[in-house]
Amino acid sequence: MKSVYPKCASGIVVFIALIFASPLQGQESPYVVTYDHYLEEPGNLDIEYFSTFGTQRAGNDFHAFWVEFEYGVKAWWTTEVYVEGQTTFGESTLFTGYRWENRVRPLKREHLINPILYFEYERRSGADKILKEVEGHDVEADFLTPNAQGRKEHNHEVELKLILSSTVKGWNFSENFLAAKNLANNPWEFGYALGASHPLGMKASAARCNLCRENFSAGLEMFGGLGDRHSFGLKDTSQYLAPAVAWNLPSGWTLRFSPAFGLNDNSHRLLLRWGVSREISSFGEMLGRFFGGR
Amino acid sequence: MKEYMSPISVTVALLLASLAVTQQDTSFADKYSREAGVYAELAKAPEKTRSKRNPFENDSQAIAAGQNLFARHCSECHGNTAEGSKRAPSLRAEEVQNAAPGAIFWILTNGVVRRGMPVWSKLPASQRWQLVSFIKSLGTPSTSLLD
Repeated sequence: MKSVYPKCASGIVVFIALIFASPLQGQESPYVVTYDHYLEEPGNLDIEYFSTFGTQRAGNDFHAFWVEFEYGVKAWWTTEVYVEGQTTFGESTLFTGYRWENRVRPLKREHLINPILYFEYERRSGADKILKEVEGHDVEADFLTPNAQGRKEHNHEVELKLILSSTVKGWNFSENFLAAKNLANNPWEFGYALGASHPLGMKASAARCNLCRENFSAGLEMFGGLGDRHSFGLKDTSQYLAPAVAWNLPSGWTLRFSPAFGLNDNSHRLLLRWGVSREISSFGEMLGRFFGGR
Repeated sequence: MKEYMSPISVTVALLLASLAVTQQDTSFADKYSREAGVYAELAKAPEKTRSKRNPFENDSQAIAAGQNLFARHCSECHGNTAEGSKRAPSLRAEEVQNAAPGAIFWILTNGVVRRGMPVWSKLPASQRWQLVSFIKSLGTPSTSLLD
């Protein structure tokens, strides 16, 4: 009973927030893996749920899922916590770990290329399958490890990213370069993600509508590993190409859908990814009031 | 699951600390100094951008569209009628209403990131101009037709 209480309390806080908070919409991009340079508005909390269904050669398909809590601390700083898990069909469902990430915008104004600095700490098990990024020599065969065995392996990892992003004539182009280090004395591993997206409508309609073109944006992302410190390059890495679409509803909800196709034999043939998110405005203030602030 | 609980507690504590950072600058003195700082940014718009003409000038449809965009993206901080709030300054102030449309467009594009105003270049340029149309239609409190 003792351990259930904090879970219930946090669940109730989130539920109340979702019911009573005013919806706000930050015009989300369609990317699932790639980051652009837009941070969360200060004081707002974005709650996102994502699913990835993955095919597996010589093994069982899987469904991995995660929940993100993304909070705008300042207009130049966003912090985010992920909780993740997976179901491998014919095996089991398990919690696979959590991540804490921070994104910081060093420049005050918009430029042709806008850099964002990213720092993440991860604690996850060997059964992690969310494929939020691909790094080093991560390949499909790594996912054959049975859950019962993978769950016993615990990894502490730090990940650094340089996010470069430009918006030109409605097009967003984003390039992410990542370096990850398992703290158990493994070499630095590298990866990348590239994305391009465009809203389907450039002008807003005079009337509020759900299906207007400007509520949709579509794009393409490509991501994969770049080897590690000892063997940098594309050899023995997995690579994916993924068209993506996002639907930003005026009610504050955003839906995303993106199939990702493996580009070589080291990659899963297909990853079906979808997500739903909702932004809660003034979450910081609301929480402050809840705890007796002004 | 048990082995994750301690690091999760640390992470939650760090997240709460970041919430506390957000709550820091909410006193009236801070609010007015922030407002003055944001208004002062209007003057920093480069001449080339300041002199741009709003392609939707005198377009009533653009004002209506801008009002929708304002309700979706801006009202939470600037207030439902753009009168300002603890989080962001009034857009009916003379500093804004007398500013060139190009200067307001520039602020929307670049934000005032160090003073809490996010970058809105994620909205296409047409939508930012529609927002400018709406903001300019508000007028100062004494001249406003929307009240």
